[in-house]
Amino acid sequence: MAYLARFWDSTIGKKSAEAMHDYATLLRTSMPVLWGARIALIGAVVLHAVAALQLTQRSNAARPQAYAKKAPQVTTFAAKTIRYGGVLLLAFIVFHILHMTLGVVAAPGFVHLDPYNNVRQGLANPLVAGFYLLAMAALGLHLYHGTWAVFRTLGVARPSPTPLKRRLAVALAAIVVLGFAAIPLGALAGAFTEQPSPVTAEGH
Amino acid sequence: MRLTLHVWRQSGPSTPGKLETYPIDGVDADMSFLEMFDMLNEQLTLEGKEPVAFAHDCREGICGSCNMMISGQAHGPWKGATTCQLHMRAFKDGDEIWVEPWRAKAFPMVKDLVVDRSAFDRIIQAGGYISVNTGGARDANEILIGKEVVDESMDAAACIGCGACVAACPNASASLFTGAKITHLGLLPQGQPERDRRALAMVEQMDLEGFGHCTLTGECQEACPKEISIDVIKRMNRDYAVAAARYVEPKETAGAG
Repeated sequence: MAYLARFWDSTIGKKSAEAMHDYATLLRTSMPVLWGARIALIGAVVLHAVAALQLTQRSNAARPQAYAKKAPQVTTFAAKTIRYGGVLLLAFIVFHILHMTLGVVAAPGFVHLDPYNNVRQGLANPLVAGFYLLAMAALGLHLYHGTWAVFRTLGVARPSPTPLKRRLAVALAAIVVLGFAAIPLGALAGAFTEQPSPVTAEGH
Repeated sequence: MRLTLHVWRQSGPSTPGKLETYPIDGVDADMSFLEMFDMLNEQLTLEGKEPVAFAHDCREGICGSCNMMISGQAHGPWKGATTCQLHMRAFKDGDEIWVEPWRAKAFPMVKDLVVDRSAFDRIIQAGGYISVNTGGARDANEILIGKEVVDESMDAAACIGCGACVAACPNASASLFTGAKITHLGLLPQGQPERDRRALAMVEQMDLEGFGHCTLTGECQEACPKEISIDVIKRMNRDYAVAAARYVEPKETAGAG
C-alpha cells in the first residue's frame, strides 16, 4: 500500500508535469511523423462520419413509412443511440483539439507544451470535465457496439451459437472508458496539484 | 376471448392508409392468427365492409406469404414461427393487437397487409443459383460433404424468403435474407464456381432495390421464423470483401474459336 501511495505520489505529484511535458516533446521529435499521424486520424474521422451520414440517409429512405407500433427485441441501448453518440463524439473531438491542443476554447492560462497544467486548469471547470465524461460515456457505447460489430462487418468472427454475446467488446469498452474517464474524474476530485511549468523552468 | 384489433387499411399503393379499429368477439385460443383474421373478414363482409386483404398460402410455415407485423413484432410474439403458426393462445382476453404490413421502400404496398416482395426474387435472380450441366441425374452422395458444412448450409437454406428480417430491421435491411442465400450456396462444393460473382451480384442487387444497411442490431435473427443466425451476414460480408478484391469480370469471347 505504501508502495502504491508512493508510486501514485511520484507520478501524479512530483513527476507528472515533467513526464507529460517529456511526452509532448517526444511527440514532436519528428514533425512529419506527427503530422502524418494527425492527417491519417483526421482522414479516418472524416471517412467514418461521411459513411455514417450516407448510411443513415439510406436507412431513413429504406423505410419511408414508420410503424405505428414497434417492439424491438434485442437492440441494445448502444445500437439505438450510436448515431447521436457519434455526433456527440465528433463535437467532442473538435472541442478537445480547440481545448487541449490549440488552447483557444475554455483553456485559461494555456501554455504550449505544458500538458499537465493545461489539463489541470482546463478540467478545473466542472462543466468542461462533465462534457469530457459525457463524451467518454458515448465513446464506451460506441465501442461496446462497434467492437462487436466490426468483426462481423469484416466477416472474421467465428460462427457462434450465441452471436449476440459480446464479452470482448464489454471488456474493451470498460477499459478504455475507465482509463480516459479517470482524468476528468481525477481533476474533479482535485488530484491534479499545481506544479511549476516545465516550459518556463526550461526558459522557453 | 374478446380482442380489439387495430388493422392497417390501405386500398391501394397510391392512396393513403390508416389504422382501423375492429372489436372481435368469440376468438378461440386454438385458432391460428390467420383463422382469427378469416373470422374478422367474415364479420366485416356481413357488416357490408371490405374484408382485409392479407397474403397466405400454405398455412404451415413454409411458404413465407403470411406476413404481418403484430404489435410491433414480425410474425408476432412467438419465436421461430410464422403468422400462420402463431396461435391465439399467445394472447389473452381483452388484448389490443396492432397489425401492420411489412414496411420497407423495397416492399411496395399492394393493399392492406399485402406488400410486393419481388425485390427478393430479383436478388435471387442476380446470383442465388448454381449452374449444373444437364444430362443424366448425378448419383446421390457423389460429392462427399462434411456434416458440419451440410448443417450450416442447411440452416441457412431454411430461409423461406418471408421478409420478416427486413420488417424487423430498424434500417429495413435485407442482409439476413441475402446472407442466408449466399451462405447456403457458398458453403457447398456445387456453389464454388459462381461464389465470387454471386456475392457481388446479390449484394449489389440488394443495394439497388433500396434496402437499408446492416447495423447488427440482431433484430432480424429474433424475428426470423426459421431462426437463421446473423452469422450468415458475417459470411456474406466476407464473401463480398474477398470477391471484391479478387474477382475479375470474364472477358467477352469474341468470334468463333
